[in-house]
Amino acid sequence: MNYTLDFTPVIDGLPDLLAACLGTFLLAISGMILAIIIGIGGVVLRQSRFKPVRWLVIAFIEIIRNTPFLVQIFFIYFALPLAGVRLDPTPTAIIALGINGGAYAIEIIRGGVQSISKGQVEAGLALGLHKAQVFRLIVLKPALRAIFPSLTSQFVLLTLSTSIASAISAYELTSVSQRIESDSFRSFEVYFTVTAFYLVISWLMMRLFAFFSARYFSYPVK
Amino acid sequence: MGRDEFFFLLLGLKWTVALSAVGFVCGGIAGLGIALARTSGIRSIERITAGYIAVFQGTPLLMQLFVVYYGLALIGIRLDAWAAVSVGLTLHASAYLGEIWRGSIEAVPRGQTEAAKALALSYVWRMKNVILPQALRISLPATIGFLVQLIKGTSLASIVGFTELTRAGNIVSNQIFQPLTVFAVVGALYFLMCCPLTIYGARLERRFAASAR
Repeated sequence: MNYTLDFTPVIDGLPDLLAACLGTFLLAISGMILAIIIGIGGVVLRQSRFKPVRWLVIAFIEIIRNTPFLVQIFFIYFALPLAGVRLDPTPTAIIALGINGGAYAIEIIRGGVQSISKGQVEAGLALGLHKAQVFRLIVLKPALRAIFPSLTSQFVLLTLSTSIASAISAYELTSVSQRIESDSFRSFEVYFTVTAFYLVISWLMMRLFAFFSARYFSYPVK
Repeated sequence: MGRDEFFFLLLGLKWTVALSAVGFVCGGIAGLGIALARTSGIRSIERITAGYIAVFQGTPLLMQLFVVYYGLALIGIRLDAWAAVSVGLTLHASAYLGEIWRGSIEAVPRGQTEAAKALALSYVWRMKNVILPQALRISLPATIGFLVQLIKGTSLASIVGFTELTRAGNIVSNQIFQPLTVFAVVGALYFLMCCPLTIYGARLERRFAASAR
């Protein structure tokens, strides 16, 4: 073993890497917001009166959950231009993350909605609340609270899978580190440091979710 | 896409299956060790394994593969991409399976351990014949869920440069310029591998939930 570790390229590239951390963070947050929107929309469609609509949602969930994210991101990357949508890699990655995370979110949120007893909804309607108010206040909020732990771990996974967006060269930490690596050939040093960055990012994500949980869901149950 | 291209994808599929199998079997053996260490009751060992699990669950699989790939070369072990990716997936799987199995070992009622101790059974005997068979049953749905995740994770080996299904798809799509068709077929092949497992896992989960009631 006659290799000396040299972290100089990593230190020189530190400003770029830290900026890229922010890129990863923004990518993850945007993906999560889209995933939540798709998740809530999917739950509504999943309980549709029309069978074909329900089947479509189930098919969507199973296709996404049983194929690799890398293949999905390639597919979306090539499919969007054919559909007449020209986007940069980063927005494309957000869409892919949102679709992937959304499929998981539908199942998670549905579990939460099912945990709300029907009597609560009926009580809300009897009190004269509007349907949308009942959904927002009596169904959605307590449901979100019930599923928050599983949503958190799913979204930490989503944060980690942003690294796969480097395959279509979206702006995030992995693609920037690959550029520094190919400039300096200090592969191990670069990837080792970046791995540590990811550890910090996923820890911060968990803290963020814990904060939200304490801020919005810490009311007494009964 | 002609028959030759499809055959090339099937060759890639073979390597995806091989990678998944190696990762799952070797990762399972190592994961069992992790789970036992994590529940050993010895404070320092529990701390170390908890840290090991946290590192692997808090970093992307892609980075783990990179670090193993270049790290092994650094300490003088020259491995081809196949072996390096196998090692990476094994470490990854050992952490996740270790955590799943820790949970199921702890989910076995305490009375079982106490009864085994009262009967003066040795640690090995107690684990092998009392705790682990019950824990295995509890862990089965989550273990199958992770196997699906692992199969999907092998696609990242393509980024390190190993030709499995996804990379075979990349190569074919660069040759025939029909990325959508190629990746739809690649996706379908993954789906055919994963979906039966997902269905089986969900069925087990339902059955266990019913019997627990």
